Amino acid sequence: MTADIEIRNVSKHFGAMMVLDDLSLSIKAREFIVFLGPSGCGKSTLLRMIAGLETVDTGEIAINNERIDHLPPGKRGIAMVFQSYALYPHMSVRDNMAFGLENIGMPRDVIDARIKESARILEMEHLLERKPGQLSGGQRQRVAIGRAIVKEPKAFLFDEPLSNLDAALRTRTRIELAQLHQRLQSTMIFVTHDQIEAMTLADRIVVMNNRKIEQIGSPMEIYDRPATKFVAGFVGAPAMNFVEATLDRSSRNATARFADGVSVHTEIASNQTIDGKCTFGIRSEDVRIVAAGQGNADGVVDVLERLGERTLVYARLGDGQQIVGSDVGNSRVAVGDKVGLAFDGRKSHLFGETGRAWHAREV
Amino acid sequence: MGDRRATPRTALPAASFGAASVDIYAPQWRNFIFVAPFLFFFTTLLLVPLFWGMWLSFHKADTFSSGNFVGFGNYIRLFHDKVFLQSVWNTFYFVLLTVPTLALIGLFLALCLNRRTRTAAVLRTLFFSSSVLSVTIVTLIWRIVFIPNVGLLSTIYGWFGATAPAFISDPSLAMIGIAIATVWWCIGLPMMLFLSALQQIPQDIYEAAALDNANRWQTLRSITLPSIKRTFVLVVIVQIVLQFQLCGQAWLMTRGGPNNLTKPIVLYIYDTAFRRWDLGMGAAASEVLFILILMAAMAQYLVTRNKAGQA
Repeated sequence: MTADIEIRNVSKHFGAMMVLDDLSLSIKAREFIVFLGPSGCGKSTLLRMIAGLETVDTGEIAINNERIDHLPPGKRGIAMVFQSYALYPHMSVRDNMAFGLENIGMPRDVIDARIKESARILEMEHLLERKPGQLSGGQRQRVAIGRAIVKEPKAFLFDEPLSNLDAALRTRTRIELAQLHQRLQSTMIFVTHDQIEAMTLADRIVVMNNRKIEQIGSPMEIYDRPATKFVAGFVGAPAMNFVEATLDRSSRNATARFADGVSVHTEIASNQTIDGKCTFGIRSEDVRIVAAGQGNADGVVDVLERLGERTLVYARLGDGQQIVGSDVGNSRVAVGDKVGLAFDGRKSHLFGETGRAWHAREV
Repeated sequence: MGDRRATPRTALPAASFGAASVDIYAPQWRNFIFVAPFLFFFTTLLLVPLFWGMWLSFHKADTFSSGNFVGFGNYIRLFHDKVFLQSVWNTFYFVLLTVPTLALIGLFLALCLNRRTRTAAVLRTLFFSSSVLSVTIVTLIWRIVFIPNVGLLSTIYGWFGATAPAFISDPSLAMIGIAIATVWWCIGLPMMLFLSALQQIPQDIYEAAALDNANRWQTLRSITLPSIKRTFVLVVIVQIVLQFQLCGQAWLMTRGGPNNLTKPIVLYIYDTAFRRWDLGMGAAASEVLFILILMAAMAQYLVTRNKAGQA
């Protein structure tokens, strides 16, 4: 079972405070959509509105072209996995999974068969008679997912379900969720503030900020061609380097000039951009560390982060701005060294004063 | 705790640093000063009277002398005293009338008032306010309600041309009248305990239940009630202990009458020890009451624990 979900012009207030402002979004059947954004951006509220746990002030939500925003949560044909798992503490795992099905009067043999199948998929047959208090965090997460699976819903909603797991278990569960999506071929909506979860799981990411959608796109679209400065800064670790610059639009491609006289020739068409101040942006992997005097600018190394396969070099320019560049894993650069920074003009981005982004023609 | 204590002791010898390491978990006897006042009152007002009462119950004692040791004599006399047996029955009957009512009405009120509205806050205060009144005021209010011919109940019944039940004088209704006054007086505590338990239930469990298609009844039966089971046991035990000690209401409303039908054990103890000056027998009755309360509370606890174990 799967579903198209249509969100049209949805707004939401809590008292005088607006938390969602006229959002529209189409989610295709079998799609894995991730709502990504900082705390307080409204992503969980949007998910809860789809679930029916929050009312919709204006606008409408439809599943398979059938309006559902007036229906109670149980009648929408969706299942949700909560951040806190929200398991019924006094019920066994089996009863937790059966509760929703019993409430709609499903025959016992069908319930048993569904529980057995879900337990097999999630490899938790041995946990069925235990209570939630006797389970580890990861096992509880499995039960919460199992409780969703047995309902065979039109869509699965996940509200930051990995936040309470340790790093190793989070990675494992993330992979299992991706496998589960491939196996079930259901529509899944996943809320997170963790960009790695978003990048690894999503077919499309919806980046939200400040009550609005900033960008909708595939993970690589979001990463390579961020629509706004916020998206560019929020997605990617370390965050994209931003340097205040002025634009020279005299040639076919724009040139960014930093305050200390450094120039970077971009491959961004001058006629795309507008005059005035802008922000030059480039990701750390597109800033190569070279010998002093050999790059676009020189800087003094402040900090080194050795990640194994590469080394992140935090260098300070003459005007005090910090740029993060990338060097090989066994880099010989040391803190205090003077190094050259070579910016890849093809991978650079420019952001106008409103935050709007311009990118090179081909990336 | 053990591990934390072990750490400083397994460190390098203190001498190598020139000073002994301090075990911050070592007992500090001066801390005893802080609990001493409590221990003094606990011992003098609770422990000593408890054992003194036991000792007295085995002696023929009056106010002026502790008399001879009589073994179980006082207890044998007690169980041959029809008034005592009647008072035991009266007390059980009263507990049976009040404890389930207090638990159920308290739960009902808590369920109704567990919301963040101004009305709910006002009603919570209102229902709790009766608890702060003294027994004298409570019984005075209910005497005004129950008093024949001119009482509130008689007046209301009079509007419909009916005669109000005689809650104070009718032998079959007198204990019910006392129970009504008691429930009105004591309802605040169970309600507050249930309210605090209800507010401990995580909201997301209710949201999960809503997504699981649970209606109000299914949510109450399968989510709310199991979640507050421990508080229910607590309320019942606390109320059993409190209501077994019925005294003031019975004394002030009916004086134990008519015909000793509302005389509870505590009133019997008072009559025996301080009006008939038979301290030994009064102490024996006190011990019986003590054991009854202990047994009732233990039975309730064990039954609930077994059920929880099977669940």
